[in-house]
Amino acid sequence: MTRISMTVDGVRYDDDVEPRTLLVQHLRDRLGKVGTVVGCDTSNCGACTVLLSGRSVKACSILAVQADGADVTTIEGLAGDGGELHPVQAAFHEQHGLQCGFCTPGMIMAAVDLLTENSEPTDAEIREGLEGNLCRCTGYQNIVRAVRAAAESMRTSVPSTPESAEAAEAGSRQGVTT
Amino acid sequence: MIPAPFDYTRVATVEDAVAALAGAGEDGKVLAGGQSLLPMLRLRLAAPTMLVDLGGVAELRGVRDDGDALIIGAMTTHDEVVKHPLVREHAPLIAQAAETVGDRQIRHLGTFGGSLAHADPAGDLPGVALALDAVMSVAGPGGMRDVRASEFFVDYFTTALGPGDVLVSVRVPKLTGWTTHYEKFHQMAQSWSVVGVAAAVRRSNGSIAEARVALTNMGVTPVRAHGVEEALAGAPATADAVATAAARAADGASPLTDGVASAEYRTHLASVLTKRAVMAAGGL
Repeated sequence: MTRISMTVDGVRYDDDVEPRTLLVQHLRDRLGKVGTVVGCDTSNCGACTVLLSGRSVKACSILAVQADGADVTTIEGLAGDGGELHPVQAAFHEQHGLQCGFCTPGMIMAAVDLLTENSEPTDAEIREGLEGNLCRCTGYQNIVRAVRAAAESMRTSVPSTPESAEAAEAGSRQGVTT
Repeated sequence: MIPAPFDYTRVATVEDAVAALAGAGEDGKVLAGGQSLLPMLRLRLAAPTMLVDLGGVAELRGVRDDGDALIIGAMTTHDEVVKHPLVREHAPLIAQAAETVGDRQIRHLGTFGGSLAHADPAGDLPGVALALDAVMSVAGPGGMRDVRASEFFVDYFTTALGPGDVLVSVRVPKLTGWTTHYEKFHQMAQSWSVVGVAAAVRRSNGSIAEARVALTNMGVTPVRAHGVEEALAGAPATADAVATAAARAADGASPLTDGVASAEYRTHLASVLTKRAVMAAGGL
């Protein structure tokens, strides 16, 4: 057994794990983070995607011990404290970016990672950026639409510079919707 | 599936890694990013008794300028390689090829050195290392040694690395005055190369002064297309001359037939893709 500690969705966990334990098993079986699912189990489908120190990884292709000391965000850690959905979650809901929903946790985490790096992706960049995630229902059209909508809503709602933050603040003080 | 049990140690220095591997004997295995090893462990195609995790070895990570060459740390991730300003400036061929590896998630964990040490015949970076005449710096029980790319890839999934060796860094000569291109042919997003071609071209006036061409997945190891290189040296920089040279792409290669493609098809692809790669590299 190897002692590991990691922060998952803002909570620190210390555990003894067998070295062969996959991160996704640790998240699901030990920590109860069953929002992260196992799809293909061959590192192809991306359903198990989580953020490891802010970057997307496939939790079935990394050992829990490799994530020792890391900060992990799962689909369960995206929504705000009051339960308000993350813009990407909201966009998948509004744009019907899912049917059966199995790929959705990974798809959303991959999209969050993509938008962190590229706040204004083209459709081609969205498709390329999500190449590590497979969906067998939607044909991807609405997923791309959802990511595009999420990008737009994040650009307009999140102040990205001190100037725009000030402007947004001034706008909200005046009751102006931006 | 869950991997078979193994012992695990996370080391902080290359010296500790070499010591841990020496203690583990024949069944020890280095864990880099794990993006090839983990699937193999899960399928139980590999069952090492001890994994030595290099994830905590800071000295193995990063890219530095060493005058006429870049030194790329073996544990530098594909994502870091793709975005690194030094790589983009002095070895854009590596950045271009690394960007085609797997998908974003895989590139966040998978490493440059791991890809080379894994030596998958369909892996894109071994061919690039061969085209660029990279030199691998290896730490082992007998100390440090250098291995040229042409001697590093010895067989199917087999390199010059012994069971006690750790790939530390890769020295990539800067190709000043050259232009490059990596042409990858694959059937689906995120899938392996059916065939890939790494090309570097140095043009002089209206002709091609020198060219280097290496092929991915045209044999059990990456191979240099020497016939093409000879035909291009001094050739006019025209589509016809490139096509004539590219017809020799598979000379001396022994492509495999597998579930993805026949040897015959790979031979055909090698010429087609070599032409495209050289044309793109030469700005034609």
